[in-house]
Amino acid sequence: MKTHKSIVYDYFIEKFFFFVGLSCLLVLFLIMLFLFKEGLPIFAKVSFTDFFFGMEWYPTSENQRFGVFPLIIASVSVTLIASFIAVPLSIAIAVYMAELASPTVREIIKPVVEIIASIPSVVIGFFGMVVVAPVLQRWFDLDTGLNLFNAALMLGFMAIPTIASISEDAISSVPVSLKEASYALGGNRFQTIFFVTIPAALSGIWTAIILGVSRVIGETMVVLMVAGGAAMIPTSIFSPVRPLTSNIAAEMAETPVGSSHYHALFAIGILLFCITFVFNLIADYLSNKYKFKHN
Amino acid sequence: MKRKADIIELIAFALIKVFSFTIIFFLIFMLGYIIKSGFSALSVDFFTKMPENQMRGGGIMPAIVGTFFLMLGSAIVSIPIGIITAVYLNEYAKNPRVVKIIRLGINNLAGVPSVVFGLFGLSLFVIFLDFGTSILAGSLTLGVLSLPIIIRSTEEALLTVPPTYREASLSLGATRWQTIYRIVLPNALPGILTGVMLSLGRSAGETAPIMFTAAAFFAPDLPKSVYSEVMSLPYHIYVLATAGLHIQETRHLQYGTAIVLILLVLLLNTTGLILRYRLRRKF
Repeated sequence: MKTHKSIVYDYFIEKFFFFVGLSCLLVLFLIMLFLFKEGLPIFAKVSFTDFFFGMEWYPTSENQRFGVFPLIIASVSVTLIASFIAVPLSIAIAVYMAELASPTVREIIKPVVEIIASIPSVVIGFFGMVVVAPVLQRWFDLDTGLNLFNAALMLGFMAIPTIASISEDAISSVPVSLKEASYALGGNRFQTIFFVTIPAALSGIWTAIILGVSRVIGETMVVLMVAGGAAMIPTSIFSPVRPLTSNIAAEMAETPVGSSHYHALFAIGILLFCITFVFNLIADYLSNKYKFKHN
Repeated sequence: MKRKADIIELIAFALIKVFSFTIIFFLIFMLGYIIKSGFSALSVDFFTKMPENQMRGGGIMPAIVGTFFLMLGSAIVSIPIGIITAVYLNEYAKNPRVVKIIRLGINNLAGVPSVVFGLFGLSLFVIFLDFGTSILAGSLTLGVLSLPIIIRSTEEALLTVPPTYREASLSLGATRWQTIYRIVLPNALPGILTGVMLSLGRSAGETAPIMFTAAAFFAPDLPKSVYSEVMSLPYHIYVLATAGLHIQETRHLQYGTAIVLILLVLLLNTTGLILRYRLRRKF
């Protein structure tokens, strides 16, 4: 019954829900606030250029050095190689799910992809450490199997669910009329998929790739356990490296609160936050701008 | 001409299938290998005993208990806020710009690296609010991390409830809150539970956010209050596998812990996915 009381009640609930609804923005704001509060003081001690382009990371030696350039290069190279592995595999599985698989096979593959998404990263890191690393070491006759390539392999595997499921959505939402037009012109299924459907879904696929790459950049446990941990510019695909995320995770526990080292690690956090923030904004922009209108 | 196109099609489709099945094969191999290697470590004692002999023997009971508390704590934080946010966005919000900004916030929150959540939890909860390395600080950190998961699943669930249900309720004179509480939420419940399950699975498996906010390498006692440090399953795997002098000796315990964590996460996720599937069939 719509009594006076229940209408007033309704009004206050709406206001309450609105304020709770803002909590995600509040959290995001607090994350930025505290990262900057704890990270910016390092730049009073080390210049911007020395921090981002310095080649030496010796946070605990007598003569402290806070140059994160080798860590940035490590993150970039791991991410690039992981993407080279993940993108083709993910798009293949997306095309398979959306266009080729029979309904039964699709009902099997979809949960498999979701299971991959749910496996904790520490388990994947553990697997890379104890199973993949010795194999790589033996096959390629390396000093250590914990290296850039191993990390990229594991991260590529982890990125597949993100890229595949969003790409699949994009491919499935391409209007049937476009495909029918292609068939009517004599295109076979392959030509239709690769020259009509995929180009039409490209913005969605880009969104998927950007979100997948953003996840790879931010992933911590896998690179912490598998990448090898050497803060040097990699010289080959099998060099041990120390990406930004693993550097924070490895050093934060032993760092005195309020020291330069502590501030430097938060400054790396700012960098990571900004990179993933920009990637997410781009993904958001793409997915809003070119979304197919369902009818 | 026609023939060449057909051959290309054959090759391309074969490649797509090979790629797809490679991924499935890799997943099965990984899970199978871990289960095969750790199966011998599983026993009743493994689940019910404290670690013994400097972590070289005994069980992982405190890590299971710790993970349970962290899951519970993060659920208390994220479930009410997440559901209310989703209900606001779907049922109340009128201003599309406000909705857009909140959605953007949610998407960006979902993209924040887990280690950055760890830094955030350390600086705000552990140090600034002085909770110390504790269940409380870890739960709050994991709670905000899993917010986007609950919000998205709840929104998806609310969207599956047909508008006609709402219209029928409103036309009978119910207020919007009565409609939401009596009609929309009960019908969306399975989908909301999906979100709850997925976010519990995420909280159970995350390591980086609790490394500096909640996790202890070894705790001699079970946690006494929300201000206690705890052991947890993912951190236990990480520590045993990377630190200390007995990495090789504890290998079977590492595999065993990994099996327990995988089973826990898979159980939560499959329950969530089954609920979602049933909700989709309902409407």
